[in-house]
Amino acid sequence: MDLVIARPEGLYCPPGDFYIDPWKPVDRAVITHAHGDHARWGMNHYLAAADSEGILRTRIAQDMPLQTLTYGETLEHNGVRLSFHPAGHVLGSAQLRIEHQGEVWVASGDYKVEPDATCTPFEPVHCHTFITESTFGLPIYRWPAQRQVFTEINDWWRANAAAGRTSVLFCYAFGKAQRILHGLDAAIGPILVHGAVEPLNRVYREAGIALPETLYAGDIKKGDPRLKQAIVLAPPSAGGSTWVRRFGDFSDGFASGWMMLRGTRRRRGVDRGFVLSDHADWPGLLWAIEQTGAERVMVTHGSVAVLVRYLRERGLDAQAFETEYGEEDDTPAQEAG
Amino acid sequence: MKAFAELYARLDATTSSNAKLAAMRDYFRDTPAEDAAWAVYFLAGGRPRQLVPARLLRETAVRASGLPDWLFEESYQAVGDLAETISLLLPEAEHQDQDGLAVWMEDKLLPLRGLPPEELAERLPRLWAQLDRRSQMVCIKLITGAFRVGVSKLLVTRALAALAEIDPKRVAQRLVGYTDLSHRPSADGYRALIAEESADEHAQRGGQPYPFFLAHALQAPVEEFNTLLGPPENWLVEWKWDGIRAQLVKRDGQIWVWSRGEELVSERFPELCELAGCLPDGTVIDGEIVVWRFDESPAQGEAFEQSGEAAPQRSGVQPFALLQQRIGRKNLTAKVLEQAPVAVLAYDLLEWQGEDWRQQPLHARRARLEQVVHDCPNPRLMVSPTIEGLDWASLAREREASRARGVEGMMIKAREAQYGVGRTKDVGVWWKWKIDPYSIDAVLIYAQRGHGRRASLYTDFTFAVWDGEPGEPNRSLVPFAKAYSGLTDEEMRRVDAIVRRTTVEKFGPVRSVTPTLVFELGFEGIAASSRHKSGIAVRFPRMLRWRHDKPIEEADTLATLQDLLG
Repeated sequence: MDLVIARPEGLYCPPGDFYIDPWKPVDRAVITHAHGDHARWGMNHYLAAADSEGILRTRIAQDMPLQTLTYGETLEHNGVRLSFHPAGHVLGSAQLRIEHQGEVWVASGDYKVEPDATCTPFEPVHCHTFITESTFGLPIYRWPAQRQVFTEINDWWRANAAAGRTSVLFCYAFGKAQRILHGLDAAIGPILVHGAVEPLNRVYREAGIALPETLYAGDIKKGDPRLKQAIVLAPPSAGGSTWVRRFGDFSDGFASGWMMLRGTRRRRGVDRGFVLSDHADWPGLLWAIEQTGAERVMVTHGSVAVLVRYLRERGLDAQAFETEYGEEDDTPAQEAG
Repeated sequence: MKAFAELYARLDATTSSNAKLAAMRDYFRDTPAEDAAWAVYFLAGGRPRQLVPARLLRETAVRASGLPDWLFEESYQAVGDLAETISLLLPEAEHQDQDGLAVWMEDKLLPLRGLPPEELAERLPRLWAQLDRRSQMVCIKLITGAFRVGVSKLLVTRALAALAEIDPKRVAQRLVGYTDLSHRPSADGYRALIAEESADEHAQRGGQPYPFFLAHALQAPVEEFNTLLGPPENWLVEWKWDGIRAQLVKRDGQIWVWSRGEELVSERFPELCELAGCLPDGTVIDGEIVVWRFDESPAQGEAFEQSGEAAPQRSGVQPFALLQQRIGRKNLTAKVLEQAPVAVLAYDLLEWQGEDWRQQPLHARRARLEQVVHDCPNPRLMVSPTIEGLDWASLAREREASRARGVEGMMIKAREAQYGVGRTKDVGVWWKWKIDPYSIDAVLIYAQRGHGRRASLYTDFTFAVWDGEPGEPNRSLVPFAKAYSGLTDEEMRRVDAIVRRTTVEKFGPVRSVTPTLVFELGFEGIAASSRHKSGIAVRFPRMLRWRHDKPIEEADTLATLQDLLG
């Protein structure tokens, strides 16, 4: 029996009678992580990994009906055993393991296989069927090591600071921003953040993640000498706004997996593109799929057709799942992934 | 190769002219002359002919990547650039190469041309394996002949002039012809570009042309012309011909024909080389090459009859499409020469009796030009006539008839202007006052992902018009043009999203969509064509605007297009 099927409301588990990251209001929703395209408003019950609680309550509602499990902790529901396992995507991100009558499925939500210090690293979970994303499901996507990317970012910042120019780095406010903060060399200058980033920093700090000291960009007056040495983290939507013009002479950068391609980099019109993604690259996807030992793979959002065909040619039973994920943070049109 | 690849990355990473100048300054300062010679060649737009057939390059890359062919194709569709795709798919290599650009070009890449496929399949991966990803991409771009980076020739000129501390105009002069296929970059050639100025330098050598003086677009309404330009008597007004801008250089008993792209095209136009017989040595003429119907044309030396009252007459000038056929042809057969004979409509004289005349005012150059043409009794050389008008309004009325005359509008040149270098205004100005393009409202029916800046977005579209009037049953949409430019980045994203949402079928990289979008398309020319389903071919089609206000039923019909055909 299929433990997960695609329904108009979202991915659904028939024996358990619950949905995984539904995009329409339902009674029971199991949430893999707190990005807006996976965790939405209006569910009667939410179940999520304990580490995601702070973000979920900040983003959805403080008093949302939320039940949590720590990674590895199990819950029996309608004869189905559920547990969460780290997905390494953002703080609190989880793969959902579902076991029913000896059959095991894992829904991985979004995941990244390279460990970083701001969330628990991805752990492969053995299963019969693996539900995988495919955001960067093309072999052109092979990430440089993040250490190298952080060096590039710090070098860029240092050079700008030396020239008395603000560095404005656009990145997704939840996850990417904190990961970058963790990798910044605070000795170079002050670190400023946009209003969309600061509340999430607070949650990360409360969760015990070490982030350097940040200043709220809105508190710094135009013409403040500190700006010349500063780096500013802001969501992509702030680009080209009056908000960003306050920095006067600045250099801008964009941190995203999409920056791998010259075309997207140029379209962004920023000075620098940094290849940094919270998703698995092509080798990462293939590695993760292999590690699960699954014979059957269901592919969601991204390069679905490509990954399905490739896996089939390698002898796996691969199929596509229609979903509405990837609308918020990782479609090519947005280029924030 | 690494230093050049780094220069490429720096130029590619910024849109600021100053940052680009700084990147070039750093590169040229630290680079040996033999490498700099090649760098100038590529930056200024030089392209050697393709060194390896694209198909072979691709097959070799697919093999080296270890990926199935279809996955390579999918990747290429997402990246939109062959060289970049290959560099992203090749196995990651540790950079080992120490050789400069000149060694790469002369010893490694140029010798690839003409090698048998087996030899190439073996050599290419070995070359790639020495390079990091960035250098691989640049190397492959050099191989495909598709190397382009966002610097203008003017910017390269400025960078070199700053380096050499000489006048940029001097560098521009020295750079003319530098990118022509017949020219091989060399250390000495590079040193000559940045050498100190010498007194006898203006004396021209061989077939060297002058940098072209380029016009600026004039877009103001005619009511403002008096304020902007002053009275028409300060200006020389001509038709804007739809041909190939060219310089005829006559020296040492020989004619050289140079196109605006500073390509030597003499061989394409053997009949123009016959002008050697009647033009004296030390003569350089600027003008337009057009295909000309001699039997229809008025008396020799006049491109138009100056008949005030009669309806505007088409001169002997033929549509650009004919000229294009001729340029595209590898072998110029007697038949082609007979079907598409060319003439030159001369409008400027840059050199006379071996003297550089560019500092003379336009009216003086023009007067001399008329004399030169008069003394050269060959029907293939005519003076582009001037258009007299009492005021701008009457010239504007005259301009209305541009299409009927087969021209693109008018050129307005300051009578006192010197002949400048490139698109400058400091020694006088030339304006091009073009007629509005043809326009038609068409429906988007197919989309394909774009290249370069538009890579991975569906931005290359096929447009259709209706083959019947509104209300006619069973009328269908007939494709007639492809276009990809004219949208803002924001619009591109929105159309991309709509294409993805409304896809009906995928044929390889092409998607057919449920027709929902109407765009106003502009184009410069229209001609009957048996090669197109619609029976019509248009020139330079592009999107003028997105007609949010128009339902698809109200898009234009084939009949409207046929009317434009006249």
